[in-house]
Formats: sequence, C-alpha cells, structure tokens
Amino acid sequence: MQIKESSEIYDVIIVGSGAGGGMATKQLADAGFNVAVVEAGPFFDPANPEQQTQLKWPYESPRRGASKTRAFGEWDMAYGGWEIEGEPYTHAEGTKFDWFRSHMLGGRTNHWGRISLRFGPKDFKGKTRDGHGEDWPIGYEDIKPYYDKVDKLIGVFGTNEGRENDPDGFFLPPPKPRLHELFYINGAKKSGIPVIPSRMSMLTKKINNDRGTCFYCGQCSRSCSVYADFSAGSCLIFPAQKSGGQVKIFVNSVVREVTTNEEGKATGVSYISKDDRKEYKLKAKVVVLAASACSSARILLNSKSKQHPNGLGNSSNHVGKYLHDSTGASRAGFIPGLMNRKPSYNEDGVGGMHVYSPWWGDNKKLNFPRGYHIEIWGGMGMPNYGFGYSPNEFNKFFDLPVGGYGDSLRDDVKKYYGSVLGFGGRGEAIARKDNYCEIDPTTLDQFGIPVLKFHYKWTDFEINQAKHMQDTFEELLHNMGGEPLGEKPGEESDHGLLTPGRIIHEVGTTRMGNDPKTSVTNKFQQLHDVDNVFIVDAGPFVSQADKNCTWTILALSWRASDFIIEQLKQQNI
Amino acid sequence: MDRRKSLQTIILGAGAASTGLVFQGCNPEEGPTVEENISKGAEKFFGRTPEELELIDKLNSEQLFNAHEMETIAVLTTVILPPKEPNGGPIEAEVPAFIEFIGKDYPEMQMTLLGGLMWLDHKCNTEFNLEFKSASLEQQKGILDTIAFHDVEVPLEKQPLEIQFFHLMRGLTVTGYYTSKVGIADLGYKGNMPNVWDGVPEDVLEQHGVAYDTDWIAKCVDQSKRGIIAEWDDEGNLLT
Repeated sequence: MQIKESSEIYDVIIVGSGAGGGMATKQLADAGFNVAVVEAGPFFDPANPEQQTQLKWPYESPRRGASKTRAFGEWDMAYGGWEIEGEPYTHAEGTKFDWFRSHMLGGRTNHWGRISLRFGPKDFKGKTRDGHGEDWPIGYEDIKPYYDKVDKLIGVFGTNEGRENDPDGFFLPPPKPRLHELFYINGAKKSGIPVIPSRMSMLTKKINNDRGTCFYCGQCSRSCSVYADFSAGSCLIFPAQKSGGQVKIFVNSVVREVTTNEEGKATGVSYISKDDRKEYKLKAKVVVLAASACSSARILLNSKSKQHPNGLGNSSNHVGKYLHDSTGASRAGFIPGLMNRKPSYNEDGVGGMHVYSPWWGDNKKLNFPRGYHIEIWGGMGMPNYGFGYSPNEFNKFFDLPVGGYGDSLRDDVKKYYGSVLGFGGRGEAIARKDNYCEIDPTTLDQFGIPVLKFHYKWTDFEINQAKHMQDTFEELLHNMGGEPLGEKPGEESDHGLLTPGRIIHEVGTTRMGNDPKTSVTNKFQQLHDVDNVFIVDAGPFVSQADKNCTWTILALSWRASDFIIEQLKQQNI
Repeated sequence: MDRRKSLQTIILGAGAASTGLVFQGCNPEEGPTVEENISKGAEKFFGRTPEELELIDKLNSEQLFNAHEMETIAVLTTVILPPKEPNGGPIEAEVPAFIEFIGKDYPEMQMTLLGGLMWLDHKCNTEFNLEFKSASLEQQKGILDTIAFHDVEVPLEKQPLEIQFFHLMRGLTVTGYYTSKVGIADLGYKGNMPNVWDGVPEDVLEQHGVAYDTDWIAKCVDQSKRGIIAEWDDEGNLLT
C-alpha cells in the first residue's frame, strides 16, 4: 500500500487539539501561519445537538447514565477512557499505570473539572527547596505574563488572596458557597486549614461577545453548549478559524510518526486515517506535538530514522522518562447536620466545587516532601445511575436496622439526600527516572503502530502523603459532626492512594532542561536534537506541583508559540 | 457512645422543619433564552456516538427475562417502593424495563437477578403454594422480611445469595425510580435547567445553623453585573 503524500507544505502541523494544541493553533493561526491540526478523534462541537449531553435527563437513556461506555458516566464528554478497544498498552511486571485518553476535537478539555491553578514560585524550584527532583529551567517570573494573558483570554474565576505559592491572577468573581461547602469551611477552620474560593475556568461574567455566561447547570463535564466553560475547541480552535486564521483540521487521523529528511530535520507527519485505514503524509516547516504527554513520547519513540536511531529527540535516552501523575486519595462522610434538606431550590451551581483548600502544611515536620490540595464535593445533585443505591446504610449510624423496603425506604432516600460530603486530595509526586513509558516491541495497535509499555511505582513519599490525606479527611469530617463512610483505607491499600494515571494529570515524559544530556526539550519546549519540533502538552513539565496542570499547559504553549513565531519570522527554523 | 446519642437527637428532631419557602433560583429579568433554544435543538438526540447507539440497539434486541420474570420484577419493585400520589411508583418510572436493560448491560448481575427471582418463587411455593407475584402483599412481605436486612459487619458478597439479590434489586429499584421523570418529581430535585446561582436561601441556612461570612460574600459574583464584560486594572482588580 502506497503512502499518500499531500503536496501542500504547511507552516506548522499541530498534533492533538487539547489544551496545548488548541492554544498553539490559536496563537500560530492568529499570527498568520498556515496551520494543520491533526486529531485522532472525530470533530466535536458542544453546541452540536447530535453530540450534546448537557441538560439531558437520566431517563433519556435506557441505562440512566450508567458508565458502561464512558468512564465517568454516559453524559461525560470524553470519547475514550482508560481502555480503548483496539488501542492497548502494556505494563512491566509488578508496575501499574492507567492511561486515560480522549480522542475528539478538544481532547480532554471537554470533560475536565476546569480547576485552573497557577503553579507558584516554589513549584518551579523543587530541588532548591527540598533536594528532591529537579528545578525547572524557568521560574514563575518567566511564565507569569502568560498566565495573566491566559486568564484574560479564556476566563477563570477566583479571588486574589495574596498567598505566596498560589499566585493571584485576573479573576472573574467566584460563585457563593453551597450549603455543604459552608459546613466544610466551618470544619476546616477548626483545624486551621485554609479554604478559599475555587479557581475554575467557567465564565461567571462575560469576557467577550462570542461566549455565553455560566447558567449554573453544574454539568461542565458535559462540555458547555454556550461555550461558558473552557474547552479547547470552542474557546481556542473555533475562534482561531473565525478570526480568519488558516486552520485545516484533519480528524479521525492517528499520527504514526514525525517524518525527517537527510539532515534529520522534521518534514511533517504520517498518519493513519480511521475512515479508510490508509496511511497519509503531511508536510510542514514545523511540527508541534500536543498529543498528551505519553502520546507525544510514543510518537517520538516511534519516529526512528538513520539520523535518529533511538527515536526522534531521544539522543539523551530521556524520552518517556520522569512520567508522573498527581497523587490522589479520597474519602466521603455522612453529615447528620445536612440531613432532612429542603429540596426547594436549585443547587447545581458551577460544575464541581465552589471552594477548596490549597496546601497549607509545613513539610519540614512531615514524612513527605511537597503537598496536596483538597477538593470538596457534595450537595443535592441530579439523580443519575447509582443514586440512592443504599440509603438505609446510613441507619447504622443511628443504631437502626440496615435494610428494609416500603415507605420507610422512600423516607430514607429523602432524609439522607444531600447529606454526604466527600474529599479528593490531589498532590505532588516526585518525578523519578524509573517511572517511564517505552515502546513495547511485541505489541501493535489496530493501526499497526507499536504501543507503549509502562513502568510506574509509587514510593513511600506518595504513600505517606496519602496517609496524611486520610488523617486530614477524618479530622475534617469529625469537625463537621460527620461520620466517615466505610473503613479508613490503611497500609494494605497504600492508604487509598489511587493507581498512577487515575488522576489524569500525567506529565514529564519529555522534560525541559538546559542540559541536552538530561532533558528532551529546551526551555522553549523545542527538541534539543531537532530545532523544528516542539512539544506543547504536559510532556515538558519538570514537576507537577500540587496543582492541576491545564493552566500551566496553556501558558507554556502560548510562550512556546511566541518563540515559534519569532523563529519562523527570523527564518531560524 | 455520646456521638450516637447526639445523632439520635438530630434524626428525631429534624423532620419538623422541612416545609418552607420556595426559593426563586432564577432572576426573572434575565430569562434563559439562548440556553433553552440550544437545548431544544438537541431534543431528538441523547448525545450518543454511532458505536454507542449500535450497542443500545443490540441490547434492545435481546431478551434477558421471560414474561413471568418481568411480571415478578414489576410486583417486587412495587412492594419495595410502593406508589405514592401524585407521582406513582416503579411502574410509572419504567423500572422493570430499566432493570432488564441494566441486566443485559452488566452481565455480571445476571446470575444474582435470575437466581434470586427463582429463589423467590421457590420460597413462596414452599410456604404458600403460590408464585411470588400471585401471593398476597402480606405473604410477600413475610418472605422479604427474611432477606431485606443485612448484617453490616459482614461483606455483602459473603452473605447468602437471596440477601445479595434483595440488596441489588432494592438498589436498582431506588436508582431506577429516582432517575425517572416521576421519581425526580417525587424527590423534588429542582436543577438541570438554566438559572443564576446566588447562594443558599436564608431559611435553609437557618434550618442548618450556618451563615454566610460577609467578607467572603463580598468577593463573590454580583449577579446583576454578569452581563457586563470583565475589565481589570494592572493589579488584577476587577473594575466592572
């Protein structure tokens, strides 16, 4: 089968259309370049009635929202998940990593929680701070102007609190706390744990005339049909097209490798079309990888040539290394003070939490470095599959029989509706060289592309951090007059620490640095080995911080795009 | 011990306060217009991909329970959650069809469901010489009372099949009912529609003994200005 080659030479090919790819598309197209975006999944627009799940009721589906085909329930807007048929990945024995992929225009930005936290000054200088990991080759001052611009372009609510490592920004005003969040605020106060308004990218106020404002359905994970939350398609790629940018989108196109010439420079990409299962080639002056940390590493490792026998950009042998995901542990509790609620008002609010706790601890007194933040959930949400599955389990807290049926069951459902509050801890794991992905030489996916094999183990640092989370959660629940549900996760389960990959914040596979021997890209996310290839997803992260990574991906992608624009204009690449 | 005592007081004392004012979540002048139009356009669809639609069609073409079993499920779910005016019960909520679909969607439930239904008829035949669905409500309850309660100290999967069966059936009944149109009405859930969130109503704050901190509220969105485009000074102070 002959590979079909297009004669057009784009200025830039961008692989992937999520946060990093979306931002690069917007900046490069706005700068007048001719851009091709190559996306593995279908076209997606949350305003398309056929794809929309926002404002659907559970009874519109025969499975009432159960998570059979989508990992977070059938209304969640991620096409993909931890397992995708025909696209496997493997593990080294005794190690674990669950890899979440979302194949669609906009990628995972369509379903994420929209928690939009800046990394702080300390987060870029981990090694200097405590000797663990590595410092970034840039500091907060390098990225701050871009965070500011991202805040204004995309919109994020929050408050300026003057906290050193949770920097202020250009915020829209936050929504008021809900009832369970008031309980949380009071409970946290007793333990001296700070609580501040969440920082999330939903528009509580207009930022321009193209996007709607939040109408508080609480369904951001379904992607917003009026574009009132941040999704890369609706907030970056569509505007780039509308403003006259030259953007050609190739959907259902799975990139196999970056192609190179005799000098070892990139010439474009080759991809498999899912529509006809044939291979195609696109040509460009610059290739920008934004396929997500592990996918971009996979493309590089699969791009072998005479000049790059080890894979593209991998002379250091560091592609795939230092993979790390946020730590995560959770617990829920029953709060008697929240019983017998009046469902007399709409409590949906914005999707997810209205308040959260940034990290407060002093690590010198703890048995782990770095920290975590606490996310809070609860309230009178819309019933979906799983609702009220065991309402009378709560009876055990009152020494009443557990079980039963009839009118008492109906009463129990109402009595306990909205009385459960839960926490998620999301923390920083130390990046380690031993945690990595590589190509599995024995396995291909359905497109004939070699797949990734993962090696990942948590260390005592992460496990100790999870234990600290569990102790904190119990203390907070007791402060609120609540009762923890279920057994406290103990040593046997690493204190409830989730499998790596489960928090879907994987970063670090193509880390940036000044030394080409120990890093893959320079501080502008340009491959040390090949000057016309850039990586603008979370691959170049040196460390993850205890923050969600999206806002940093966006800021860094903008920064790298500015560098690309300058280099192209000066004809340096 | 003390904690349990105080919990008892809460459960016994709280029911009385649960009637009250209806909160107007929506700012009347703003009236949801764009949003409603957009959602109307999506009425015919429920956001499935072609592959997902195919799976649903396939499951719909299969049958898990025979007619007798479906009738038994209808009777059983109605005993579990008796209909209540004005919204009705599991039949109005189409719970039997939901259980049939879920049983096909999650094959791992099938043995418990099929085996449990058989157990019910066997037990009822042994005791009353009747199939479960034809027994009197009193007879049905007599049997269910033996499997409707479980020892919370023993994990469910280590309990007898009939107890697991009842637990699953009760769970599916409650979840099926309260995810239906009639069940949502019975629960009184008010959301899933465009509105303007402006905090917890005063009477609810009072009922639960909490209050808004004025400093905190001062930082929150002024909903009357939500339509004005945001502008900041150089320090990040919102000007509009």
